[in-house]
Amino acid sequence: MSTSLKTPLLFAVVAAMIVATGQLQSWNTALQILNFGLISAIMALGVNLQWGFAGLFNVGIMGFVALGGLATVIVSMPPTTDAWAAGGGRILLGLAMGAATIVAGILLWARLPRGRMRGLVVAAVLVLGFALFRTVFDGGVSAVEAVNPASTGYLGGLGLPILLAWPLGGVLAAGAAWIIGKTALGLRSDYLAIATLGIAEIIIAVMKNEDWLARGVKNVIGLPRPLPYEVDLQQDPGFAATASSLGLDPVTASTLYVKLGYSALFTVVLVILLILAQRALHSPWGRMMRAIRDNEVAAEAMGKDVTRRHLQIFILGSAVCGIAGAMMTTLDSQLTPGAYQPLRFTFLIWVMVIVGGSGNNLGSVLGGFLIWFLWVQVEPVGLWALELLTSGMAEDNALRMHLIDSAAHMRLLTMGIVLLLVLRFSPKGLLPEK
Amino acid sequence: MDFLNAFVALSNFVLIPAIAYGSQLALGALGVTLIYGILRFSNFAHGDTMAFGTMATVLITWWFQSMGISFGPLPTALLALPFGIAVCAALVLLTDRGIYRFYRRVKAKPIILVMASLGVMFIMNGLVRFIIGPDDQRFADGARFIVTAGEFKKMTGLSEGLALKSTQAITLVTAIVVVAALFWFLNKTRTGKSMRAYSDNEDLALLSGINPERVVMVTWLIVAGLATIAGVLYGLDKSFKPFTYFQLLLPIFASAIVGGLGNPLGAIAGGFVIAFSEVMVTYAWKKVAGYILPEAWAPDGLVQLMSTDYKFAVSFAILLIVLLFKPTGLFKGKSV
Repeated sequence: MSTSLKTPLLFAVVAAMIVATGQLQSWNTALQILNFGLISAIMALGVNLQWGFAGLFNVGIMGFVALGGLATVIVSMPPTTDAWAAGGGRILLGLAMGAATIVAGILLWARLPRGRMRGLVVAAVLVLGFALFRTVFDGGVSAVEAVNPASTGYLGGLGLPILLAWPLGGVLAAGAAWIIGKTALGLRSDYLAIATLGIAEIIIAVMKNEDWLARGVKNVIGLPRPLPYEVDLQQDPGFAATASSLGLDPVTASTLYVKLGYSALFTVVLVILLILAQRALHSPWGRMMRAIRDNEVAAEAMGKDVTRRHLQIFILGSAVCGIAGAMMTTLDSQLTPGAYQPLRFTFLIWVMVIVGGSGNNLGSVLGGFLIWFLWVQVEPVGLWALELLTSGMAEDNALRMHLIDSAAHMRLLTMGIVLLLVLRFSPKGLLPEK
Repeated sequence: MDFLNAFVALSNFVLIPAIAYGSQLALGALGVTLIYGILRFSNFAHGDTMAFGTMATVLITWWFQSMGISFGPLPTALLALPFGIAVCAALVLLTDRGIYRFYRRVKAKPIILVMASLGVMFIMNGLVRFIIGPDDQRFADGARFIVTAGEFKKMTGLSEGLALKSTQAITLVTAIVVVAALFWFLNKTRTGKSMRAYSDNEDLALLSGINPERVVMVTWLIVAGLATIAGVLYGLDKSFKPFTYFQLLLPIFASAIVGGLGNPLGAIAGGFVIAFSEVMVTYAWKKVAGYILPEAWAPDGLVQLMSTDYKFAVSFAILLIVLLFKPTGLFKGKSV
């Protein structure tokens, strides 16, 4: 079958699956799957930039997604004025001093002549800077965290509309990607994988432990929403009238209305990014990227700066993941650092890209929807399969009880098997690059 | 100033834990580095291989305990260890047959093998959670301490206690025995030499009649053994939790890279470098400083450079520094 026919057909199949969920289960579930599918598709698009275009292996997607989530808190929550008064300035000063120390260290290393003196001077500057940073910073942190710890105990945000967090999430993720890319790109390809794995764990550790920043594991709940609340809609007489004219009760109608609103917002972002990615893929820049991916030595001989181009696309792809992360936290309207699991936020996205077809933007989008659908539906299906399998056993049989309790872990197994099967038998994915 | 007490406190809280942890990391990093040297890819499933081998050992240990078999003052897990290794080796050989061999045949890029190892990681992780569950499991038995802090104080009359857990001593002794056996095997036996030859120059090794499939098989067997031993020692010392083993991947890779990927000696050195930095950076130095410094200078705070929650950041920072300044590692590794 030609690709031009296959693409719309496969998308129609996924759409039919979501519609079937709406008909058989509930439209709320279907819209939830659609919304997370849209976000997953954007993440997959970002990873496809890195892997499909340039062959860069990023296993720290979780970290970039979490930075996007952090951006929503920074942008949208109201500032905690007491906390700012207590130690906000001190924290900022401490952070600035920490950054200045690192910059001074790097500059000294670059400027001073080689030799033992250089190492000693740089080490002395770093140690002294660290001591200063800790004295200034720690006092600020304990002052901020003491301010009403049960409900705030953090600096709060800027109190701006939450939609502004989406681009900021991209910027934060891009910053982290720059640091990683500067060190690990240009070395062996596996090193980038290990470095990204590490930065993701560290970003999550920072978000869990720095209470002054976003309350750590105490979570920030009740983020402002870009859309009206269901309760307000239900009390709006005009809305209730429209709902009843459509044959819906106001409660269901309001939840559907909000979910559809998110779907529309997410679709706009996805379409913009998809158009940009498609334009990039078919531009001279995209061809150069693929040339680098397929033969680095040849591309370098043609005068292309491979490391710089890699850095560029690594940052772009990570920024897209950051945007998606901010969108997801907006949808959840809470930031829970404990919920970031590498399995769900890194490896699942990888399965999406590989299954969809790496190097093909539409393929990644398709993979995003399809794998998210499976991820949601595998658990009930697995539970049902295990119940069927063990139906011959007694109700209190130890093995049966163990198997049914463990049904939740079926997901890991299924995703691993899907990844390996696709990688082995259909490495180009459902929608191949060409 | 009281150097004796300071030294005892330092040994109790820094040296002994770091040596035990370093031995565990070194055994893990040896597995990673061997796979890298022979099969030429970074095996992301290594942490979960450790978890799987440990899980098999834990289950057999429980079975032994239920039958009343014990190992005197030593943990029963040591008796179960050979069986755990056998189970782990069987699974690892199966994954090689079913997954990696194909990519070797088609001479796939190393990054594809890394990806396949990611899939294997998923499956192993799923299996472990499916069989034993995601929770903490304790399986250590036998004597808890060789010397307790109280006994030490009574013996020496010092105000600081020095506790030596039996698991720490077992870790060190086992690690020394295993490493000695491994180096003897690599340097003295025919198979070990053929492995080194294959790692140094694949084409030349093939030319001199070395059977690559046999080399790969022996490598996987050794790696299964190393991973299970490292995992069981870590589990005895702390506790067994599948997610912790996945997280160990980062310090283990850091150790292997710091030492120089593909270099077994480097893996051991790297393991201790990472372990000592992790423990020293996250240790609160107040006590030791209080003994060494004159009273007027005694610190008020904990003198802790970083909270223990950031121990992964330490291995990561060292990894970045090594990548920036010496990408081939402290000992000469293969990769650039």
